Amino acid sequence: MSPDLSRRSFLGATASGAVFSVGSIAPTAAQRSSTASGLAPVSLNINGRTHSLALDTRTSLLDALREHIGLTGTKKGCDHGQCGACTVHIDGRPVLSCLTLAVMADGRRVTTIEGLAGPSGELHPMQQAFIDFDAFQCGYCTSGQIMSAIGCVEEGRAESQDRIREYMSGNLCRCAAYPNIVAAVEHAKVQMRRG
Amino acid sequence: MRPVAYYRPADSEALEAVLADSPRDVPPIAAKAQFLAGGTTILDLMKLDVARPEILIDINRVEDLAGIESGSDGLRLGALARMGDVARDPAVVRQYPVIAQSLSLAASIQIRNMASLGGNVLQRTRCTYFRDTSWKACNKRSPGSGCAAMDGFNRAHAVLGVSPRCIATYPGDFAQALIALDAQVEIRRGGERHRIAFADLHRPPGDHPDVETSLAPDEMIAGFFVPAIAWSRRSRFVKVRDRESFEFALASAAIALDLAQDEVVNEARIALGGVATVPWRAAEAESFMARRRLTPEVAEQAAELAFRHAEPRKHNAFKIALGRRTLERALLETASIEV
Repeated sequence: MSPDLSRRSFLGATASGAVFSVGSIAPTAAQRSSTASGLAPVSLNINGRTHSLALDTRTSLLDALREHIGLTGTKKGCDHGQCGACTVHIDGRPVLSCLTLAVMADGRRVTTIEGLAGPSGELHPMQQAFIDFDAFQCGYCTSGQIMSAIGCVEEGRAESQDRIREYMSGNLCRCAAYPNIVAAVEHAKVQMRRG
Repeated sequence: MRPVAYYRPADSEALEAVLADSPRDVPPIAAKAQFLAGGTTILDLMKLDVARPEILIDINRVEDLAGIESGSDGLRLGALARMGDVARDPAVVRQYPVIAQSLSLAASIQIRNMASLGGNVLQRTRCTYFRDTSWKACNKRSPGSGCAAMDGFNRAHAVLGVSPRCIATYPGDFAQALIALDAQVEIRRGGERHRIAFADLHRPPGDHPDVETSLAPDEMIAGFFVPAIAWSRRSRFVKVRDRESFEFALASAAIALDLAQDEVVNEARIALGGVATVPWRAAEAESFMARRRLTPEVAEQAAELAFRHAEPRKHNAFKIALGRRTLERALLETASIEV
């Protein structure tokens, strides 16, 4: 998207009702009663790269990633925060991108499954462990599982299989690869410490 | 999702202007402008078309709503403190275990990283008939339309604090911990702040299930204050549910006990979850226990009293037995905590 288009979209939106605003001046009652939606300028830092977009204010971070930026590694399962397939990191912590508006992530640091591999393409130890331990069948939940699993190890919550299962309970796997997922996390924990 | 405008106040002053400009004729829950913190309730309900705000006020960058401060007089938790941060805060874990347990047993790690405490206590019921708009009758969603749960599948519904208009269960856990510690909620109106007992925040459904709290339209929750008491370490949260993790309570109990020598109870605080329409203080059971020795028989009698006025429907009578046993177990486990 060119900067010009983005600026024009934003000006168009503000001229038609100031439905998006940030700052210290509150919208007036008339503006707040407006039912129109509008485009919001959003600057997203995804995997170290800044993306400047004009998005409908309703756009979830998940839809922004998949439909507007083209990063389709993050999956949409239930879209209601119940399955964990859409898990990404914001400022280093696992969160649900389906229940986060893209505008809320403006200026925050977002990491997706695409941001894990090293500069020359070598996989993150957790990605490698999921392959080595056969921790998936259909693979649809896998990117969410891996994002949560990294949080689990980084927060020091992978001390036992029970703790891993508890930490990972927000990520459902309908193929039921759970035993192998737990094994992969335990293995990657050691690799991550070495790395 | 319906179109919605978005406004992000940069600081406290900008938020004050929003509060001052709030319409006075509707309960806060029905206002066209809704606060957005973690988003885990409001965005979910907007996708279901249950919540239909016209503007979202994103309060996440208002710094003085955040924070966890533990001092000699007590614990102050900002409305924007995240469930996960509070659950793993060392001072909370050590001094107020019932709070840490109620939060770490709730939801999933992703939701705990997102959800704010203010939003947590205001979370809406999980009643299926409330969440699914294809059911026309829901007095909470459309006042005066009836209650489809009353003669529907009501296994998850409340047996305490019910009204002929609504039997929806209050779903949270943290609120019960606050009641057990006699916490206060700090309410902000414009630039002013005042505190009320947290136990007075939620209103039983009565004739108006659509009005859930005593908050006025121009008020918001700024935080919570938990007064320091010598015995807050003898507190515990017990949660019973259909699966071991990432599930709402079928029955829960938050307990704090002041025990004298020989296990005689000076004061007992008991809050129940999963069984009531609001975070439920079991006042009768509390006063029964005072000055009695906490034996298994006394725990059983207290539990009996706590559910004496329970009103089950077709599918949820099991909650009376489950709730009693959950409370008995919680009382005995709390009494055995070494402090």
